[in-house]
Amino acid sequence: MPGMGRLSQEQIVFVLAVGLCAVFAVALPGFLTTNNVLNLVRSVSILGILGVAMGLVVIGRGIDLSLVALMAISVAWTLSLIAGGMPLPQAIAIGLAFSLFIGAVNGWFVAYVEIPAIFATLAMGTLVYGFGRYFLFDLDVVYMPPAGEPLLWIGQGTLMGVPVPIYLFAGVCLAGYLFLRYAKAGRYLRAVGDNMLAARITGVPTRPTIVLQYVLSSLIGYLAGIITAASVASMNTRVAISTYVYDVILVVVLGGIGLSGGKGGIRNVIVGTLLIGVLLNGMTIMDIQYTVQNVIKGAILLTAIVIDTILNPRDEQTAQQGDI
Amino acid sequence: MRLIKTATLAAALALCGGAAHAQEGIDDSTRAPYYDSFKGKKVAYVPVAMGFDLTEGWAAGLKEALEPLGVTFDIRDPNWSTDAGAQAITTLISEKPDVIVVHNPDVQSYARLLKKAEEAGIYVVQVNMRSSYSTDVFVGADYVGMGQQIGERLVEVCSPAKGGSGKVAITQGVLTAAASIYQMQGINNVLSKHPEIQLVSNQAADWDATKAKNIAATVIQQHPDLCAITGFWDVMDVGTAAAIKESGKNVYLLTQGGGNRMVCDGLANGTYSESVVYFVPGQARDMATMIKQLLQLKQPAGTTKTTLFTPLTFLRKDNMTAASCWDMPTKG
Repeated sequence: MPGMGRLSQEQIVFVLAVGLCAVFAVALPGFLTTNNVLNLVRSVSILGILGVAMGLVVIGRGIDLSLVALMAISVAWTLSLIAGGMPLPQAIAIGLAFSLFIGAVNGWFVAYVEIPAIFATLAMGTLVYGFGRYFLFDLDVVYMPPAGEPLLWIGQGTLMGVPVPIYLFAGVCLAGYLFLRYAKAGRYLRAVGDNMLAARITGVPTRPTIVLQYVLSSLIGYLAGIITAASVASMNTRVAISTYVYDVILVVVLGGIGLSGGKGGIRNVIVGTLLIGVLLNGMTIMDIQYTVQNVIKGAILLTAIVIDTILNPRDEQTAQQGDI
Repeated sequence: MRLIKTATLAAALALCGGAAHAQEGIDDSTRAPYYDSFKGKKVAYVPVAMGFDLTEGWAAGLKEALEPLGVTFDIRDPNWSTDAGAQAITTLISEKPDVIVVHNPDVQSYARLLKKAEEAGIYVVQVNMRSSYSTDVFVGADYVGMGQQIGERLVEVCSPAKGGSGKVAITQGVLTAAASIYQMQGINNVLSKHPEIQLVSNQAADWDATKAKNIAATVIQQHPDLCAITGFWDVMDVGTAAAIKESGKNVYLLTQGGGNRMVCDGLANGTYSESVVYFVPGQARDMATMIKQLLQLKQPAGTTKTTLFTPLTFLRKDNMTAASCWDMPTKG
């Protein structure tokens, strides 16, 4: 962080989140209760898990626009396989294998065919959604069949009073943190994101590392999908064509992981997720109309970005690449 | 004697002749024009999206009723994209099918296109969610009336006079959808007369179960004595139900939808407390009947306006039967 007086974007967002929390705590009775805070974190834990997946890819200077589509289709397929009578573990294995395979294909396109990530994954998302809807199952919303009920605990259960999705969010964050910090592949990933040519010269296997990013994101995405399906006992494949994937990118970028790669960590994702969570929860409590909510959300996000731009002006070094 | 003989003979002859005539049969003179009026006709169907119970049910019902008559039935699926839907209608106007069946995503988007289609001589049938422009036929729920009935149910279930807390919440779909706008009008008509009923939350969840769940969880958190939630679509309210179940509270969930089997299952296992059902196979039949009438009367498009409101059933665990719900048609 350059200079002691400067705040990074992560800190700005964190301050905003805490500030909002304080305002809501005073203004809204019942905001700062244990139950509501648990509910708040639970409601954004899936978004946060997806944020970790996206974060890993963005740190490696990529982007995965197929994340949500792949999540929806592979999990919906899993559910329809279970409904068709396949044993639960086998159906999950097939869904996961499908997800990982598509992730690897994404990575291959980006690393070896050298298609820009934004195009490769955008096309892949559309392809996967269409393929799934046409070949794998008929319905828009696939319900959790009775045979899949053991899964429900993942999305609806609680452990010592805390909803299970929160543990999973924490687990994914911890795993992501340890991976980036201690695993060799994690360090390679950051190196490739920071400066691919330099990484290659020093002997980092850059292409396999890029493939790994997308496989990881599809793995985490599948987990997030299973939690989504378990939490509402159904999988709505419409999320694949909604703006949900941009919400995920927003969490990542808002938290301060630059799209130019190599910067940031899991902490940024957590901070970004919390701000969104606090905002959504507070506005729901205040019963603000949906469209107005979008206006407020957009305004606060812009504020965060403007503050960041003023405090951390772009210079030649930071602005040279990766600004989409 | 002779007279009787002759008379008997004559009667016998007459009988034989009549019988012979009856064996040949009498042709129903309305048959030919009936079948002729459908030969080679084209019906195009533009739903909001295929792949869910309502639109699949209507498509199956229309197909079943029209195709045996020689009518071509064509589905244009815009898959939740209003733009793609508008595009599909524009293309259809130049292709000139005889009838377009439209399921509007909101009250505005298609209004002008539907007018254009009628001007081009195409009959326009709207189903369930109506546009601000009325066309030849509307078949669907009377949403204002439905909202009023829902409002009355909420009063009945939650009125403090009967021991309820009086607190209710509403989860809409998309704010601009006809189903939302008209129903809110109806609900407000009733609630404005019942100050004891307090509307603590009125949010839109984009027809998405995850959003509905998050909203319901927060609302129940804030109002632990919440009496009822009414959601505007059963598929979305799976999420609301999950939130209620997780909270462990006893919240009355009044949902609504097309009466697919999943609703009966949900009522049986306690996912929903009650569902307002507009019976989809019935709506498909109404549409098919109206299309048959339009094609036989041969009036210019847009000259007659017919509204057929679908009868509503308030389905609960105690009043439903095996026949209350319908099964999704299997594709093949």
